[in-house]
Amino acid sequence: MTSQVDQSEAVDGSDGEGRSGPVPPPGTGTRAAKPIRRLDRVIIRFAGDSGDGMQLTGDRFTSETAAFGNDLSTLPNFPAEIRAPAGTLPGVSSFQLHFADHDILTPGDAPNVLVAMNPAALKANLADLPRGAEIIVNTDEFTKRALAKVGWSADPLADGSLEAYHLHKVPLTTLTLQALKDSGLARKDAERAKNMFALGLLSWMYHRPTHGTERFLRSKFAKKPDIAEANIAAFRAGWNFGETTEDFAVSYEIAPATLPPGTYRNISGNLALSYGLIAAAKRSGLPLFLGSYPITPASDILHELSRHKNFGVRTFQAEDEIAGIGAALGAAFGGALGVTTTSGPGVALKSETIGLAVSLELPLLVVDIQRGGPSTGLPTKTEQADLLQAMFGRNGEAPVPIVAPATPAECFTAALEAARIALTYRTPVFLLSDGYLANGSEPWKIPGVDELPDLTVEFTTEPNRPDGSFWPYLRDPQTLARPWAVPGTPGLEHRIGGIEKQDGTGNISYDPANHDFMVRTRQAKVDGIAVPDVVVDDPGGTARVLVLGWGSTYGPITAAVRRVRADGGEVAQAHLRNLNPFPANLGAVLAGYDKVIVPEMNLGQLALLLRAKYLVDAQSYNQVRGLPFKAAQLADVLWAAIGNLDEEGRR
Amino acid sequence: MTEDRFPSLRLVPKSDEPQTAKDFKTDQEVRWCPGCGDYAILAAVQSFMPELGIRRENTVFVSGIGCSSRFPYYMNTYGMHSIHGRAPAIATGLAASRPDLSVWVVTGDGDALSIGGNHLIHALRRNVNLKILLFNNRIYGLTKGQYSPTSELGKITKSTPMGSLDAPFNPLSLAIGAEATFVARTIDSDRQHLTSVLRAAAEHEGTALVEIYQNCNIFNDGAFEVLKEPGTRDEALIRLEHGRPIRLGAEQGVFRGPDGGLHLEAVTEANQDRILVHDAGAANPATAFALTRLADADTLHHTPIGVLRDVRRPVYDTLMAEQLDRAAADRGEGDLAALLTGSDTWTVA
Repeated sequence: MTSQVDQSEAVDGSDGEGRSGPVPPPGTGTRAAKPIRRLDRVIIRFAGDSGDGMQLTGDRFTSETAAFGNDLSTLPNFPAEIRAPAGTLPGVSSFQLHFADHDILTPGDAPNVLVAMNPAALKANLADLPRGAEIIVNTDEFTKRALAKVGWSADPLADGSLEAYHLHKVPLTTLTLQALKDSGLARKDAERAKNMFALGLLSWMYHRPTHGTERFLRSKFAKKPDIAEANIAAFRAGWNFGETTEDFAVSYEIAPATLPPGTYRNISGNLALSYGLIAAAKRSGLPLFLGSYPITPASDILHELSRHKNFGVRTFQAEDEIAGIGAALGAAFGGALGVTTTSGPGVALKSETIGLAVSLELPLLVVDIQRGGPSTGLPTKTEQADLLQAMFGRNGEAPVPIVAPATPAECFTAALEAARIALTYRTPVFLLSDGYLANGSEPWKIPGVDELPDLTVEFTTEPNRPDGSFWPYLRDPQTLARPWAVPGTPGLEHRIGGIEKQDGTGNISYDPANHDFMVRTRQAKVDGIAVPDVVVDDPGGTARVLVLGWGSTYGPITAAVRRVRADGGEVAQAHLRNLNPFPANLGAVLAGYDKVIVPEMNLGQLALLLRAKYLVDAQSYNQVRGLPFKAAQLADVLWAAIGNLDEEGRR
Repeated sequence: MTEDRFPSLRLVPKSDEPQTAKDFKTDQEVRWCPGCGDYAILAAVQSFMPELGIRRENTVFVSGIGCSSRFPYYMNTYGMHSIHGRAPAIATGLAASRPDLSVWVVTGDGDALSIGGNHLIHALRRNVNLKILLFNNRIYGLTKGQYSPTSELGKITKSTPMGSLDAPFNPLSLAIGAEATFVARTIDSDRQHLTSVLRAAAEHEGTALVEIYQNCNIFNDGAFEVLKEPGTRDEALIRLEHGRPIRLGAEQGVFRGPDGGLHLEAVTEANQDRILVHDAGAANPATAFALTRLADADTLHHTPIGVLRDVRRPVYDTLMAEQLDRAAADRGEGDLAALLTGSDTWTVA
């Protein structure tokens, strides 16, 4: 995602075979029998029952692909139920992976290959497939009963309705059982390895390295070596099946991508965010304290941080959302880097404590991995509809800075940026990620520890008044931050609370003028936070349409912009990482374009803020389907905006 | 000597010089209603703190919302007046991350048992090193006189002109049910007893819950008068002392019945050897629980005060610190560069 290569999703249509052609077989000799075609990119979707292990299969294929050096982007999509009724449409779990020999930005609009482990998986995903896509189905699951469960009276594998696709009918279950007949495993256990058979087959088709998966299986099932060996046997059988069966006539090669030099790994948003928090603690010299209550899709951060106690990380699984943030705030009072992680419903419960943190002026990170709402909404689907909740969702005037990463890997730097603001200005800070960033992954150029920002904090240790007393609300004139004096510091004993405080002394004050001053000062402190200018990408400098986004829409917006430009359209692009305060140049940027398009996965929350603050006619484009935008869809929106302007110009 | 007396404070730095009650007073004007029981509790706490022998700056008072929750403003230590009901959660984060602090929570019956009930029970079961002082006046004071979760059934208040309908909590029964390791009760006006209970709470390792019967002379005056009046208190109060027979006044004692329950009975020569001997350290909480139920809910007759339960169980913050130490010992101090790199990388030249 970091490359300057600009051949992009715009290069070809939806079939993904942009630069296909024969390539010489690799030197192993085993490949000589079948032709190999070279592709520049492929989109694969694995789909099955939620118990079929599709997420694991997708993860493994992703790891192999990352190890091979392709650029990639992933989109897991799974039901909220742990085991929805087997074979039903709501129970379908899928994992989409887009990988390429060049810089890509999204998990792809339409899969070139669908692996469907049962009729429900086929039915749920068929509409997304372009004509000519390859479908690999597990024919063993296409029984009359299973078909009836999804409302199919005729077998689509037999009635010709899939003629537009390249269908591979593979009895995955039978083949897996055959491969494991000597394993000594019960039929039920042996059957469970069928996802590894499918992974083996796909690994053969796309020339993926296999050592990583075998190593992974041995370590995952270290305590059950027979299961590990069975999975490896199924994996190899799948590979060999591709190699020998005539149904799979061709395999494909996607060359490694030319990314900027460096050492890379694949990383998901939640993992990057967890590492960003640990890095922020390390770079600030403060112990990390996470107070959290389990909630999808944020729990993985709690899990990850719990594994790193040797970094001095304290994780506290609280009795509820309120206690999670309360404990984090208590730890912050004691001098820790306090963090709470949650999703939208949890933010609602935490809002009173966030208000307290605003009043106490203590550093605190509130990480919101947004999901579909309102209420419980769509726990496992993505949305960015908590922006206004983060911005305004508290009683009184309670401004809170907001930082939002644009890609999974960027969650790392966003955590450091949120910590920088919190520690410098002594304020709670919202970090708004979402379900798509959290679970999606991409290659990440691993930064050197020394390149990370220095977040060193100096606690106040001396009285700050000429008479030798200490005033907890005597502010730094530049940042307006108040001193952070932690318990244990002699001579600086003080009391703080949620009641309005007298400027300077921090004593309780109900004085009208003082309250007016304190409200305005807290706002001025947040308004005055230094944030980087927003960067505009406008290559020709003559575009009249600006597309402005925030958060995870970065990928599809950028891909759409590339498409438009590749077809001769002019469009400028900018993306916000700081939403409160906005970058200082944002007003000027907006004023520089005739039309501003704001795509959001909500009903226009950023657009509302822009219109209110800058009096600009920002046009919303919205979708709240629980899924990211598609590049093609946004390209159409941008073309329409360009076209309308041209028309208006002619009138 | 303090190290022996207050094992719960062994990680807290000791004071270099002797302290007095005056050292713990702030310059803030105390703003409780004249005659409020909170004054007596504040004075008792300020007088007691020097006894701990720890540095004042390593002491923190955290409160929620309510009359009692103004307490931290009057203690010249570190303090936080937080939000309604959440003090135990905030204090848990502080205590768990700073074992060098002595952390006290001040709360009331509405704050701790109504809006903050969830945090209270979870603090108790976790056994975090917190001392929780629950001022129970059986009424909402700051909001001007609505019934509270400890008000007696049928209480006539502004919000219940025909009488309250919900049965009250018994705070100490609740605490024992929540696996509390230290449960005690005392009375605002009995300085000596209050101090002895604070001392026992401070000595305890883990969460200590101290219920303090506190008079609200504005909205619920005389709620505990029967326990204070020289004429009635001897018949109403049972003073618990560890290892001593439990007696009420001169003539009655507490006995265990054939069903295991406790009851009062006139003491005779024949039965005096069977008077229940108080064992606060009993592993089984059944007797302590029965003691919490001994008082008559309407008249408050037979109300035990003192330490009902004081047992040892691993302390949450100690366990948490041990896990961190063990992780560092087993895997070495965290290496950020190694963490970021992970095990599956590739290099682009």
